[in-house]
Amino acid sequence: MLTIARVEDLVKNYYLETVVVRALRGVTLAFEQGDFVALMGPSGSGKSTLLNLLGCLDRPTDGKYLLGDQDVSTMDDDQLSEVRSKYIGFIFQSYNLIAQYTVVENIEVPLLYQGRVDRATRDRCQRLANMVGLGDRLDHRPSQLSGGQQQRVAIARSLVNDPHVILADEPTGNLDTKTSGEIMELLLALNESGKTIIMVTHENDIAGWARRIVRMRDGYIESDTRLAAIVKRNGTVQH
Amino acid sequence: MNLFPTIRRTVIMAVRNLWLHKLRSFLSVLGIIIGTCAVISLMAFGEGSMQDALEDIKRQGLTNIIVMSVKPPDDATSQRRSFIANYGLTDEDHRRMSETLSGTVVATLPMRVFAGEIRPVTESRMYVGRIVGTTPRHFVVYKLEKSMAAGRFLTAEDEQPSPKNVCVIGAEVATELFPGEDPLNKSIKVAGKDRAFIIVGVLKNRMPSSTGAEVEKYDGDIYIPLASCRALLGEISFTRSTGSRGAEKVQLNRVVLTVDEAGDTDEVRDRVRNTADMVRAQLEMHHEKKDWDIRIPLDRLEEAERTRDRYRVLLAFIAGISLLVGGIGIMNIMLATVTERTREIGIRRALGAKQKDITLQFLVEAVVQTTIGGLLGVGLGLGVVFLVPWLADLLSQKVPAAIHQPSIFMAFFVAVVVGVLFGWYPARRAARLDPIEALRHE
Repeated sequence: MLTIARVEDLVKNYYLETVVVRALRGVTLAFEQGDFVALMGPSGSGKSTLLNLLGCLDRPTDGKYLLGDQDVSTMDDDQLSEVRSKYIGFIFQSYNLIAQYTVVENIEVPLLYQGRVDRATRDRCQRLANMVGLGDRLDHRPSQLSGGQQQRVAIARSLVNDPHVILADEPTGNLDTKTSGEIMELLLALNESGKTIIMVTHENDIAGWARRIVRMRDGYIESDTRLAAIVKRNGTVQH
Repeated sequence: MNLFPTIRRTVIMAVRNLWLHKLRSFLSVLGIIIGTCAVISLMAFGEGSMQDALEDIKRQGLTNIIVMSVKPPDDATSQRRSFIANYGLTDEDHRRMSETLSGTVVATLPMRVFAGEIRPVTESRMYVGRIVGTTPRHFVVYKLEKSMAAGRFLTAEDEQPSPKNVCVIGAEVATELFPGEDPLNKSIKVAGKDRAFIIVGVLKNRMPSSTGAEVEKYDGDIYIPLASCRALLGEISFTRSTGSRGAEKVQLNRVVLTVDEAGDTDEVRDRVRNTADMVRAQLEMHHEKKDWDIRIPLDRLEEAERTRDRYRVLLAFIAGISLLVGGIGIMNIMLATVTERTREIGIRRALGAKQKDITLQFLVEAVVQTTIGGLLGVGLGLGVVFLVPWLADLLSQKVPAAIHQPSIFMAFFVAVVVGVLFGWYPARRAARLDPIEALRHE
């Protein structure tokens, strides 16, 4: 399989006033195209730091990060912004929609910063809204939508730039069980259509939807397990 | 990346964001609105009154030199009643000026000016006005071509070959002595003498002019030929003022020297000054007392122009301060907005916005605010400029206003620049936020 993203010996230190927080102490991982990875671990294990680095929101202290065929670890702020706008889709725990924008406009935001917004892209945004089941709410604002609906908008937004990889940070963290299931169904469907998804979660049930679970502890990879295909296919969460 | 659609989209986005917080946006640009409005209206009113003053001076003639008789303050005779005070310019002075200055002075206008009674021959009315003995040249020097209400002004035939008893009266004299009648060809008596003067012309209302501290009004004037005046009164005029009676022997009260008819150039200005110096020297030589004074409208013009320039600088300064205050208001609100929208900034950064995109977004918001504020201020200012004189007119007051066009563009331009200057810091602050921190912001 094609490797879409690879990190080698990734180190991230945070320098506070007197202490050095060593969030990542040398992480090497490869993500294949079409993979669905759950990053797990207790708080402070470094999973959020890793996700931020994978999302090009931050630069590593040391080590290498290859996204597609580009070495991202040495890029400057503008280049990282461009990488984010072109190759990465974000889904956040708290949806992070822009309050004053409608559904379609929110989906459109990543394209705004690629400087390509026109009638064609507007159509594309509407199709994506249809796909996530919000075709009848195109002109609603986030405050008029439920949590699940907002997360669907966020998912549509993460797809609009046709990214190499979708990064999901606790995508169901703010949702009830039923809605969580619906969101995971949607992510699963995306993955099955070929999208690469890396998801941070601390819930085993949610992690059960993934193909591969990477557990972290104290800045190291603790375990890296590929789930049996059958588990995934029957991946309905039982409660 | 094409810049224009980006800017256009950013502007639309900014307008939408501002519309979302209408009251706040309005309050934050209020300083700019008031500042711009103040600049434009103050400039207009300042300019209006200045223009009036300048017009007044110009009406007195920039190429004229006015030599006046002045009662010397240290004259002991003025203490004693019913003694004839003898002072001032003489016919000899006038003759000397005309001869020695014939190279530079194109014409002279000698005048006698004194207060006196005016009575119609057939009526019992009386008006105390100003009797002016003058020559036909008065018409040119005082620019009366548009001020004739009826009849004609004095002409050469009124003086030559023998002085005629004709007169031209001011508007107020006409309405006071001949209410509802046509004063033309009626006869009046002046200064208590028995000789009757026939009215050959009536003047319209004229703007008073100010010579330094004094204001000279013209509507109570009666103009008679200088030669007739001499024949009528000799050289002595009687004055009456509260509590005292006196007589003055003054041959000429005023001589207006015209240096050049052509107009106002630097060369002419120099010539006016040189001529004034010569006149001064001549008078100093022939008069023991300082019983004369020279007024040069040109000097007053330059003084008025200096005053106007000072006023403009002062206003620009005040405008600068008010727009500075307005800008601080904008910056304050922008900083609060950046804090409030930290999370939005984080989202945009995560989704691919570069620092310069964020800078542009907030800078455009600030500039859109100040631009709209500037436009509103200009509109309000123009409204004030048109409304206040109109209201004043209703209350029979006169508030001259003249729109000073550069001030409009300056005020507007400065307002926009204020947006850029004071929007820059908050915008940069927004752009420099760490995306991860910003996303975590509640």
